[in-house]
Amino acid sequence: MALSAVWAFVEESEGAPGTLGLELLTKAAQLADRAEAIYLGTGSDDAFAALGAHGAKKVFHLDAGEVLPSAPVAAAIAELIEQHRPDLILFGQSYTDRDVAGRLSARLGSSVVSNAVDVSHGDDGLTVTNEIFGGTQLVSTRFTGDAPYLVVVRPKSFPAQPTDESTPEVVTVDLPQADPSAGRIVESHAEEREGPQLEDAAVVVTGGRGLGSAEAYQLIEDLAKALGAASGATRAIVDSGWVPYAKQVGQTGKTVKPDVYIAAGVSGAMQHLVGMKDSKIIVAINKDPEAPIFGVADLGVVGDVHKVVPKLIEALGQR
Amino acid sequence: MQVVVCVKQIPDPASPSKLDPDTHLMVRPNDQVLDDTDRYGVEMGLQVAAATEGTLTLLSMGPAGSLQGIRQALAMGADKAVVIDDEALKGADALTTARVLAAAAQREGFDLLIAGTESTDGYSGVVPQQIAELLDVPALTYANHVEVEGSTVRIHRQTDRGYDLVEASTPALVSVTAGVVEPRYPTFKGIMDAKKKPIDQLAAADLDAEIDVDQQVVEVSPAPERQAGEKIEDGGDAHLRIVELLERAKVI
Ligand SMILES: Cc1cc2nc3c(=O)[nH]c(=O)nc-3n(C[C@H](O)[C@H](O)[C@H](O)COP(=O)(O)OP(=O)(O)OC[C@H]3O[C@@H](n4cnc5c(N)ncnc54)[C@H](O)[C@@H]3O)c2cc1C
Ligand SMILES: Nc1ncnc2c1ncn2[C@@H]1O[C@H](COP(=O)(O)O)[C@@H](O)[C@H]1O
Repeated sequence: MALSAVWAFVEESEGAPGTLGLELLTKAAQLADRAEAIYLGTGSDDAFAALGAHGAKKVFHLDAGEVLPSAPVAAAIAELIEQHRPDLILFGQSYTDRDVAGRLSARLGSSVVSNAVDVSHGDDGLTVTNEIFGGTQLVSTRFTGDAPYLVVVRPKSFPAQPTDESTPEVVTVDLPQADPSAGRIVESHAEEREGPQLEDAAVVVTGGRGLGSAEAYQLIEDLAKALGAASGATRAIVDSGWVPYAKQVGQTGKTVKPDVYIAAGVSGAMQHLVGMKDSKIIVAINKDPEAPIFGVADLGVVGDVHKVVPKLIEALGQR
Repeated sequence: MQVVVCVKQIPDPASPSKLDPDTHLMVRPNDQVLDDTDRYGVEMGLQVAAATEGTLTLLSMGPAGSLQGIRQALAMGADKAVVIDDEALKGADALTTARVLAAAAQREGFDLLIAGTESTDGYSGVVPQQIAELLDVPALTYANHVEVEGSTVRIHRQTDRGYDLVEASTPALVSVTAGVVEPRYPTFKGIMDAKKKPIDQLAAADLDAEIDVDQQVVEVSPAPERQAGEKIEDGGDAHLRIVELLERAKVI
């Protein structure tokens, strides 16, 4: 049994399809002849063309506006499923995707597998791969119920590759009327973003609780600046309010795969490792020789961040 | 306001976890503890209950064990707990878990239902949204700030860029991130009082929730291992080795 139609949920990000969604769409096009996108956002010809280029034959366009999207979007997708019967729907491990996938799963009574890193299809059906225990073990799961199968995939599990130049058919889907009391977005706050972004930087410098204080995070910023790198953080220091959440790397933060990842004062907890262990080269600076981060580091420096990092910044400055 | 908080008991993360090679299920020691992530939901719930002169009920599904984790949350100040423990729920997926919790929440009644954004051991991260859909209530998710004013719940919902201010009317579900509030430590009196608080233990049949798991783990295998490289002691010039490596990687 081959897959006939696979859908990818693609969220708009700053006017264009988000990278995670394009990764899913690329994968959908590899799994089935009929790859189609569910696109959530304002939409534009350029956006639809980008979806077509990544394999979408058809785009179902939904725009939620100020309404909290998850409930009406899940309801609309449930209707589309009735009409079009896809085999599989791929969502990304991100906020709105998770909300929609969760609600849709409950609505359809279909199981959902989240945190997937791979999806494959063979003679014995669809297999979803998950990583557990910080990525040291792989778990394969199979669906036993009826399609459509719902899978939530971690970022950067597949590359986003434009292949096709075709213009997709765009179907505008009206959302069911939602009562504002059922959830509305009153206002959006965006943090200032400067320098390279975590997800696409060639070098990432991350600080953890080992820095000792919020002020000491400046060391990480300075090192990142000297390297043209993006600065990241562990959840421990995000939760402590030292840096904004947008910097968090790990299971519940961003997934990064830079050429070089430098972790300073980071212990290397499982939930941190899953977000960075696929970096090409990992450098760790930690004063505890037993810190788990050394288990994945190509170069581990047993030392004090307050000694090593300032010297490193200085040496880079002199070049 | 009637506040209900979903909390999970999990094997102590300090003791190494493993999967049963035959059943592919998590091997759970009996010394279960409160999922650390759920302390934030409990604290949030206590604050809302106190501000609205309401009550706080805990909901938990899973092996009850010695109920140590539930007592931890009761000791923080929750009024009572409902625990659903049933052999039939072994290996429950997220949707089955959500069905059971939704049925229990409905049975208790609530204005505000609180959950964590993801559990430490399961981290499906979809149970709260599934519960909200089953109960047809708004889900205000990934909250790192929560305010309740009359029947309006207003949160800061984390986004990739910052946060959205989002609001809805009760009854509603809120999923909270670690860091939303600072959880209190149980006092001695809290611990003593917790011993007398009611814990309602239910079976799946008491709730009329559908148990139907549509997914099956077929294999668990070791992932390709990343080899650790060199580890050096900083004697004052370790930074030079880092520079060397950066040069070789051609990023400087
Ligand atoms: C459901 C769930 C999701 C999670 N998601 C994430 C996530 O997305 N990302 C994430 O990062 N975490 C996540 N966590 C948290 C994770 O488990 C760890 O608690 C966290 O990563 C630890 O952060 P840390 O390394 O900064 O702090 P710690 O673990 O406290 O480590 C600090 C390190 O600094 C070292 N150190 C101290 N002083 C110095 C010094 N002067 N010089 C050098 N080294 C020093 C110490 O030896 C130690 O190894 C999650 C947890 C859960 C339960
Ligand atoms: N078995 C359970 N019992 C009670 N609450 C749960 C259970 N499983 C999940 N939850 C709630 O749902 C949240 C998200 O869990 P999960 O979807 O497993 O990542 C948790 O933080 C809990 O608040």
